[in-house]
Amino acid sequence: MAIFSRIANLFRRTQVDREIEAELQAHIALRIDDNIAAGMSPAEARRDALLRFGNRTTTKERVTAADATLTIESMARNVRYAFRQLRRSPGFALTAILTLALGIGANVVVFGVLNAIILRPLNVSNADRLVQLVQKQVGFNNQSYPDYIDFKTRNTAFTDLAAYRLGFAGMSSGGAAQKYMDYEVSGNYFDILGVQPALGRFFHQTDERGPNSAPYVVLSDNLWRTRFNADPRVIGTTVDLNKHPFTIIGVAQKNFNGTELFVWPEFWIPIVNEEQIEGYSFLVKRFNHGLYVIGSLKPGVTPQQATENLNAVAHQMTHEHPTEDDSLGARLIKPGLMGDVFGAAARSFLTAIMVLAMLVLVAACANLAGICAARAADRTRELAIRLSIGSTRGHILRQLLTEAVLVALAGGAAGTIVAVAMLGALSRWQPIAQYPIHVTVVADARVYGIAIVLSLASGILPGLLPARQVWRTDMMQAMRSGAAAPGLMGRFSLRDLLLAVQIALCALLVTASLVSLRGMERSLHAPMGFSPQGAMLAEADMQMAGYSDKDALPVQRRLIEEAARVAGVTAVGTIDQAPLTGGGSSTPVYRDGTTDFRNSNSVAESKYFSISPGYLQAADTHLLSGHDFTWADSPTTPKVAIVNQFFAHTLFGDTAAVGQHFFIGGGSVRYQVVGVIEDGKYDSLTEDPQPALFFPVAQSNEANTTLVVRSQLPPADLASALNRVLTGIDSSLPFTLRPWTDELALVLFPARIATVALGVMGLLAAMLAVTGVFGMAAYSVSKHLRELGIRVALGARRMQVMRSALGRPIVLLLSGSVAGLLGGVLLSRLLAYLVYQATPRDPLVLLGALAAMTLVGLIATWIPASRALAVNPAQLLREE
Amino acid sequence: MAKSDSPKNDLQGNLDLLVLKTLSNTGSLHGYGIVLHIQRASDELLRVEEGSLYPALHRMEQNGWIVSEWAMTDTNRRAKYYKLTAAGRRQLEKAEESFDQLVKAVRAVLRFA
Repeated sequence: MAIFSRIANLFRRTQVDREIEAELQAHIALRIDDNIAAGMSPAEARRDALLRFGNRTTTKERVTAADATLTIESMARNVRYAFRQLRRSPGFALTAILTLALGIGANVVVFGVLNAIILRPLNVSNADRLVQLVQKQVGFNNQSYPDYIDFKTRNTAFTDLAAYRLGFAGMSSGGAAQKYMDYEVSGNYFDILGVQPALGRFFHQTDERGPNSAPYVVLSDNLWRTRFNADPRVIGTTVDLNKHPFTIIGVAQKNFNGTELFVWPEFWIPIVNEEQIEGYSFLVKRFNHGLYVIGSLKPGVTPQQATENLNAVAHQMTHEHPTEDDSLGARLIKPGLMGDVFGAAARSFLTAIMVLAMLVLVAACANLAGICAARAADRTRELAIRLSIGSTRGHILRQLLTEAVLVALAGGAAGTIVAVAMLGALSRWQPIAQYPIHVTVVADARVYGIAIVLSLASGILPGLLPARQVWRTDMMQAMRSGAAAPGLMGRFSLRDLLLAVQIALCALLVTASLVSLRGMERSLHAPMGFSPQGAMLAEADMQMAGYSDKDALPVQRRLIEEAARVAGVTAVGTIDQAPLTGGGSSTPVYRDGTTDFRNSNSVAESKYFSISPGYLQAADTHLLSGHDFTWADSPTTPKVAIVNQFFAHTLFGDTAAVGQHFFIGGGSVRYQVVGVIEDGKYDSLTEDPQPALFFPVAQSNEANTTLVVRSQLPPADLASALNRVLTGIDSSLPFTLRPWTDELALVLFPARIATVALGVMGLLAAMLAVTGVFGMAAYSVSKHLRELGIRVALGARRMQVMRSALGRPIVLLLSGSVAGLLGGVLLSRLLAYLVYQATPRDPLVLLGALAAMTLVGLIATWIPASRALAVNPAQLLREE
Repeated sequence: MAKSDSPKNDLQGNLDLLVLKTLSNTGSLHGYGIVLHIQRASDELLRVEEGSLYPALHRMEQNGWIVSEWAMTDTNRRAKYYKLTAAGRRQLEKAEESFDQLVKAVRAVLRFA
């Protein structure tokens, strides 16, 4: 076939080349012979033959092109030539590569994170069939155990449904307990996922024979290695979990970390034994929503069909349990993202960051296009000469394109290497010490693929822009003056436009970062309803020490009394879970006089806490009316509660809340309001005001205890004093002492990440702008050096020289900055979505952005400006 | 085509046709010979631009319509001779047919008053 001969020709290149040369030579020789035979002199004959033949080089090139139409050969030649050209102008090459490395690197990192969070499935074999079953209401992701059992037994769309819960437990083998995060799972959990143990065995449904009947534990590979030194004899031994003995029956495989993508608990226990771990049973009550439920779809069943089936079952259940299962519905979501809690917010944030990263890349491409255009303009003379000796425009274009692609690939490779390193560092990072969070963002094939695609695209597109210039080159004109063709729109050329675009983008990104920084700062100082400064938290895990809810109260009381005795302590109190520490429960609230306690009759869903008398003082929460709890409150006295202002307003309107009544939850108990406190933040810093309830610890049987101690002592001293007090009371009680400000780390985490990311983007954009402006300024100065020399010789003053040299870049800088700032203001909605309380209309932000752009301009034009000023006219005029 | 004098006879697509016909008439010929033949056969009206002949010849060889071999001319010079293949013959028939159709069509339009 013809194609084989073409391929073959590639390998016999030099031979083919010589043959073609010989053939053409022969043609000319034959004509010379004929001419001589016709009577011309040899010299004449030769001249005539050559003239008639035309341009031999061009012909040879065209013949070669006809042969090697696979153009791999010509491509290789192009590449080598391009390489040589780039080596000759290292400044251009390095600038371009750096620019692209920044742009592409940024995008690769963002895509890598996106890939990990959104695109990566769970690490189990049937991940594509797994779904999570949540409530209809968005944000409500937990199920109750009895509901789960009903769904499990009555559905027809799933091969099986499993339930699990994340908790904390203290593991000890005789000595002190260490706290770990654990999974409490239903018996069929491992079977649904189709995983096998690495050692020993897993527990199954057959092991479950009623509450607390299966005291088995399966270790994670990591825990087995770190705590048990990878000792295979650990199978069959017992450990104490929250003081209850459990037998280790197996170890999971290395890559199996459960059904959550980012949080990797250390061991699994059967959910039927959860009471021993948690201290109370949440398996019994139907309105106790504490589990995640996942299921494996039957083959051939679509999620929509499954949802319909589940809703039908839910309908039945509402019928049977009108109060607890009121308005029960089902929705299916992707599993692994903590019930999508992080998921939705993370997704929107990532999309926004991806847009910004794209903008950075566009800016980088604009920069590259500008540089390429400048270079092409520089080489106009060279190109003109090449065109005149017979090179085709197409050939020259391919040349330029090859150069651009080479630069792009080099830049892309550099950027990708840095990006992959960053992703690796991100994977090893554990942002918050208490939670086993792992953000594995390893670069896989998809990430590299994107990197290559981006590199090529950002090489080819900017490379094409100078093409227009090449096409329109008028050879004679170009050879004479060496000047570039006149620009597009009057006095401003395409290059200027590109630079202006780049600067606008930079200004935009800088504005965005500043806005987010301000927003972050503001949200940190938003009123939280308590003062973390000066307070220390001592989280005492009563369940781990074996206390159940009922036995905890006397110990709690003693803790408070002893802590209050420490010198320097001004106030002490306890709360079950401090606000903004990532926990807490909520309950529906009903008005006084309600008789039917179904969910739809509730007035609000309120968070609730258990506090001791004195907590309000310790937390520095202001009491607006009424009074604090006292130790006189007990299980036998009337039930009382303190509410926050939002609650009071929602339930009682403008009438005074103190003295009024309400119902919660099951509706069996009537509460009286004895005090109203200020509003605060309970879940996150960016939440809207929500109602909150506080019960006296004496009436609520809550073993979870966080001691809040306010004092003026330095944290270290206070910590050691409290340490002594707590160990004195119960030496086996595990507790963690930490200043309250440190505890807020989890809550501030998303905002911090957002700020860092945006700050980095802004910095990248600024660097790009500096490069761009510098490039243009340097170029402008070098072009007009001769003209500047003449001006100086004619007596121009420094300012005039500067103006003529740098006038254009500065004008572009200013106009670009203004455009970018305006763009930033217009994008305010997007930014406000990302960062709480971020308004670009903040004067500090605008000032900051302007200052930043001015700084950019100064840095970028410093060197060219000094060069312009140092111009020596005599020397210049002598040179070319 | 020759640059200065003769009217623009655009030989573009028809160069192939002429070359194939030449080779079918003369058997085996080198590039220079093809140029001379076409010149003579058209009564000096057609002068093939040598710059476009050789790329065409190589292209046709890649397509499998002609084959080449080096041989000695009668003046003892080495030259590359081209010969028609069976595929080339078929291509010649096709090209002749489509050229006839083209001429007929143009004539019809011209005659249309």
